[in-house]
Amino acid sequence: MSTETEHTTEFEKNDEEHGHEHPSDKKYFQIAGVLAILTALEVGTYWLESMPGEILIPLLMIMMVVKFFYVAAWFMHLRFDNSLFMKFFVSGLVLASIVYAIFLTVFEFWHKG
Amino acid sequence: MTNQTHSEETSTGLSHNKLGMWVFLGSECLLFGALISTYLIYRGRFADGPAPGDIFDIPFTSVSSFVLLMSSLTMVLALSALQRGDERNNRLWLLTTALLGAVFVGGQVYEFTTFLREGLGYSTSPFSSAFFTLTGFHGVHVSLGVVFLMSLYISSARGNLHKERAETVELIGLYWHFVDIVWIFIFTVIYLVPSPTS
Repeated sequence: MSTETEHTTEFEKNDEEHGHEHPSDKKYFQIAGVLAILTALEVGTYWLESMPGEILIPLLMIMMVVKFFYVAAWFMHLRFDNSLFMKFFVSGLVLASIVYAIFLTVFEFWHKG
Repeated sequence: MTNQTHSEETSTGLSHNKLGMWVFLGSECLLFGALISTYLIYRGRFADGPAPGDIFDIPFTSVSSFVLLMSSLTMVLALSALQRGDERNNRLWLLTTALLGAVFVGGQVYEFTTFLREGLGYSTSPFSSAFFTLTGFHGVHVSLGVVFLMSLYISSARGNLHKERAETVELIGLYWHFVDIVWIFIFTVIYLVPSPTS
């Protein structure tokens, strides 16, 4: 019983630390603007035929990760909600990344492409 | 916000519904990870059929990607409106999100029929099977999302969706944003990273 109370206190304290004040609508529009610009930059690379793959692919990956982060952090409120939600989501994401990195390695994807 | 929108007392002080949704989304990472990895393995095996680099229409897919991305904005605005108690704007943004989702699915149907006309069927090659399975699964997720959004809209129009039930909109919103995140990944890895040509 006392353990349960301690758990409750811990989670609630965590909740309070993160706060629950969500951004304003104006902020959401600003985030959407950043996402739109990043998408335009991503699409723009399609016409840059002279750019070598060694530069293009990491560049695209960086922009993709930034977009991913913005949607998850701001639109899905991971930045403001209890960290336990993020832990569950990131666990699935990390597990998937490890499992399928091994899968791609086994099938020699990194060498053959 | 979390504690304001759910009345049920829980041992963690957190909404079990919301926690369940995050666990579900974490498991969805494994599903889409499997489909994306399989596509990457098979994208170079197009046999005598069209190669990915020959058939993808990047400008068209860019527009539909932009539409889906902006639907995440309208989704979060729908939630924000309901949390303020603004049910009229909540309905407006829910409907806009559903329409943008429907436009995306329509674009995907158009893309699939174009590919079929150009000789790329589901069983044409390992590449085509992996491509249609991946993008088809994503399309089904978006379609389900549209159904959920329309259910929320109808519920609101009947006067059954109030500020106290904002968590329901938040849960559907989480699902919707996740579907958008998956497309951000698919669009870059499958369409924008240079693909093999025949």
